[in-house]
Amino acid sequence: MEQWKNFNEGSWQKTINVSDFIQKNYKQYEGDDSFLSPKSAKTTKVWNKCEELLKEELEKHVLDIDVDHMSGINAFDKGYICEDDDVIVGLQTDAPLKRIVNPFGGIRMVYQELEAYNYKLNPEVDKYFNAYRKTHNQGVFDAYTAEIRKARHVGLLTGLPDAYGRGRIIGDYRRIALYGIDFLQEQKKKDWDELKGPMSAKLIQLREDVSMQYRALEEIKQMAATYGFDISKPASNAKEAVQWTYFGYLAAIKENNGAAMSLGRVDAFFDIYINRDLEAGLITEEDAQELIDQFVIKLRLARHLRTPDYDELFSGDPTWVTCSIAGVNDHNEHMVTKSSYRILHTLTNLNPAPEPNMTVLWSEKLPENFKKYCAKMSINTDAIQYESDDLMRPIYGDDYAIACCVSAMRLGKDMQFFGARCNLAKTLLYSINGGIDEVKKEKVLDDFEIMQDEVLDYDKVKEVYFRAIEKVAEIYASAMNIIHFMHDKYAYEAGQMALHDTTVHRYMAYGVAGLSVVADSLSAIKYAKVKPIRDEDGLAIDFEIEGDYPQYGNDDDRVDDIAVEIVNKMSSELKKHKTYRNAEPTLSVLTITSNVVYGSKTGATPDGRKAGIPFAPGANPMHGRDKSGAIASLNSVAKIPYGNCCKDGISNTFTIVPTALGTNKDEQIINLANVIDGYFAQGAHHLNVNVLNRETLIDAMENPDKYPLLTIRVSGYAVHFNRLTRKQQEEVISRTFHESK
Amino acid sequence: MNQNNIQASIDSIETFGLVDGPGIRVVVFFNGCKLRCKYCHNPEMWTKKENNYTPQELVDKIKRYKSYFKQNGGVTFSGGEPLLHSKFIIETAKLLKQENIHIALDTSGVGLGDYNELLPYIDLIILDIKHTEPLGYKELTNLEISEAEEFINELNKSNKPVWIRQVIVPGIMDNKEYIDSLVKYLEKINNIERVDFLPFHRLGREKYISLGLKYPYEEKNEMDKEECNKLYKYFCEQRENSK
Repeated sequence: MEQWKNFNEGSWQKTINVSDFIQKNYKQYEGDDSFLSPKSAKTTKVWNKCEELLKEELEKHVLDIDVDHMSGINAFDKGYICEDDDVIVGLQTDAPLKRIVNPFGGIRMVYQELEAYNYKLNPEVDKYFNAYRKTHNQGVFDAYTAEIRKARHVGLLTGLPDAYGRGRIIGDYRRIALYGIDFLQEQKKKDWDELKGPMSAKLIQLREDVSMQYRALEEIKQMAATYGFDISKPASNAKEAVQWTYFGYLAAIKENNGAAMSLGRVDAFFDIYINRDLEAGLITEEDAQELIDQFVIKLRLARHLRTPDYDELFSGDPTWVTCSIAGVNDHNEHMVTKSSYRILHTLTNLNPAPEPNMTVLWSEKLPENFKKYCAKMSINTDAIQYESDDLMRPIYGDDYAIACCVSAMRLGKDMQFFGARCNLAKTLLYSINGGIDEVKKEKVLDDFEIMQDEVLDYDKVKEVYFRAIEKVAEIYASAMNIIHFMHDKYAYEAGQMALHDTTVHRYMAYGVAGLSVVADSLSAIKYAKVKPIRDEDGLAIDFEIEGDYPQYGNDDDRVDDIAVEIVNKMSSELKKHKTYRNAEPTLSVLTITSNVVYGSKTGATPDGRKAGIPFAPGANPMHGRDKSGAIASLNSVAKIPYGNCCKDGISNTFTIVPTALGTNKDEQIINLANVIDGYFAQGAHHLNVNVLNRETLIDAMENPDKYPLLTIRVSGYAVHFNRLTRKQQEEVISRTFHESK
Repeated sequence: MNQNNIQASIDSIETFGLVDGPGIRVVVFFNGCKLRCKYCHNPEMWTKKENNYTPQELVDKIKRYKSYFKQNGGVTFSGGEPLLHSKFIIETAKLLKQENIHIALDTSGVGLGDYNELLPYIDLIILDIKHTEPLGYKELTNLEISEAEEFINELNKSNKPVWIRQVIVPGIMDNKEYIDSLVKYLEKINNIERVDFLPFHRLGREKYISLGLKYPYEEKNEMDKEECNKLYKYFCEQRENSK
């Protein structure tokens, strides 16, 4: 085939196998960053325009909303940033930053969103969704039980995707570039023909899915045609490869409004096309960088319409266009290419920004030059997260990517049912308070009695707590099954699933919040004397602690083991429940910014945390309690088991002041790279790195105009500091900053 | 002596020291020091307290951080004054050497005099120069400069690599005369690999207040970092010239 000229042959030519194509053709790069180009004149023009628009958006919060169309792959007219200078084209709607209305998740959510920004839905759309079309949200509430509603109402389960898109699905967008739409459609047609046998619900559902996928591919082709591109055949050069891939991603974010709409892993893939064009003398390094820069600009403009409530939970308008970079292949050869550098270099050319969510798949086997470059970019931009390839590769192979913050999945082969998280700290309080919510004073869990003890007894609390976990796991599993059944039924992601194999492996991705709070609480009950202070109804509303107790975050097994025991218990309980579509249950310890809202909805806890105070994010130790230095703190988190337990990810956010990293920049770079190496050598999973001073953040909170670009990593994603709520800014400032003594 | 009987009084262990020697280091802060430097920012470590670590306990703790040490990191014994714990450090160092862990000693050079026994176990000495002149030394530390010179003699015999640190206090060291004297003073020390200037800061003040002590440098401002860099540049030039 003409488009595949000069590529090494392989099984990828017969069946869909992007991974095989990459392994047969990618070229390792071990040099430094000196080859990189600055941004081109065209990119400068396009990015300047974007910066103006972004500034305007920050003031108005939402720049514009298209109220006349509904979300859909080919539902919008074409749009440009600067028509003459857009090297990579395509926008979600007909204008940059103009947001889509997606009523398929729930129409009430749309009303709230529009009301917040003084927009009104086109009456035609309104009528359609009220009179004729049922939404995902309506479906879910038709099936929810009373106890699920209660768990949701009191904040025991929060952030469930029952009114908006579940996201966390990564289409293998590269397939469009490598094979063209026609071939992908042929394959789906073939699969569909072969789905035969007794017509069980399972088989019928799959046949319907594949039909929808086939049609979605057609829509993607038509959408690309509105921009003047015929993507029925494979891409024939680097520019087309980037453009075709982007059309796939663009289709996903036109069709869906999932919390996390991640990109996948494109560095080695793009690099193969770029190399072929460079070697043929068709493009220069500047052209190559221009392609990547303009691609990244497009990713930075992805938007979804959210309610103010949603923003409070996941602040800063995140879209989690997570872009996985580097890693190692199954033969222990690193996969760093020049394009791994080019992608990270956009943080220099286009200034630091939260999106795409730059995620380096770190391995001790990555070349030293690349490790140093990453560390340098982390120190300069605070925009990179690191995840252990050495931990994930044995499970997922060498063509997986991260969805959202920490969720690994094989591209085109795995998908997950996103499940937000349940509140472990509240569960602990229920076991002390007889299943009654300490804030709303309502009975949530049956069959529990209020503990009358003057001083809490560790064995007794633990026994009852584990029983509460069993009950919560049951409610949580039921909620998830209902949500995803209805999501498939009313808001199926046909465009994204078309870029998967027909038979996919599914994960049921549960999550927990408040791990460090419960570990410390149980440790306090065990090693100190904890007396509940009860209100007139006998509910513990505060706790008095006598004596010291070991705290999570100091590499002290006495408490770290408790944390491990809790996640193991939660995970094994969740695994006992049958799942929709036989999804494999997994667990994450990740809160993103929701640790603030979780904390505000949770009463005082036995660790001494007062009512309403934020939890620590993800698997982090509670603020200020990790007193033995940064590495002891990292070691505690590294003990939380991945693999068989928290296989959906363990998030840790690490902030250090620059001078504590070393006396000069060169030392700081090497030391930071060694910290990451050392952390992952302990079997740890994820690390967000911030290198900054607390004073900078305080100044930025008071004088936002001085820091328009200040980007920081919070739990699992990066965010423009100015886009956080004041409460979240204060919480970030209160976190532990590791300093030198 | 039975090694099991050896114990030391350790104030704290910083697991992430990146400014006390090369690479990522676990810094062990011993209690006890004979000097009373006016700029000291760890006054809580002046006096010895109850012993709380055996060598084995300390090594078990340090080993937990080995994966971060890589090519150049390790342990730094600091304080307080680690030289007051030489027997304990020797026993600890023997165990650390079995683990191949690099050992640095962050010291003012004022200890118990048994330096020739200890130095063979140390890989790097980070030596704090208090003052180059007897009067200035006494004024700053409340002890005689000869105490430190005894250590320097043994250090030279040991042939161990040395990093020098000099705190720059405004009004005392921030002048060319002092820097010239420092250049001359350092000529007496062998194997200097590196010299750092640390601008005086007031971060220790809160500790004095909470210990009920008067902060000796209440009237002193912090050393300007830029000025300190200029002095360092001058120092490097003078040192180059004197070679």
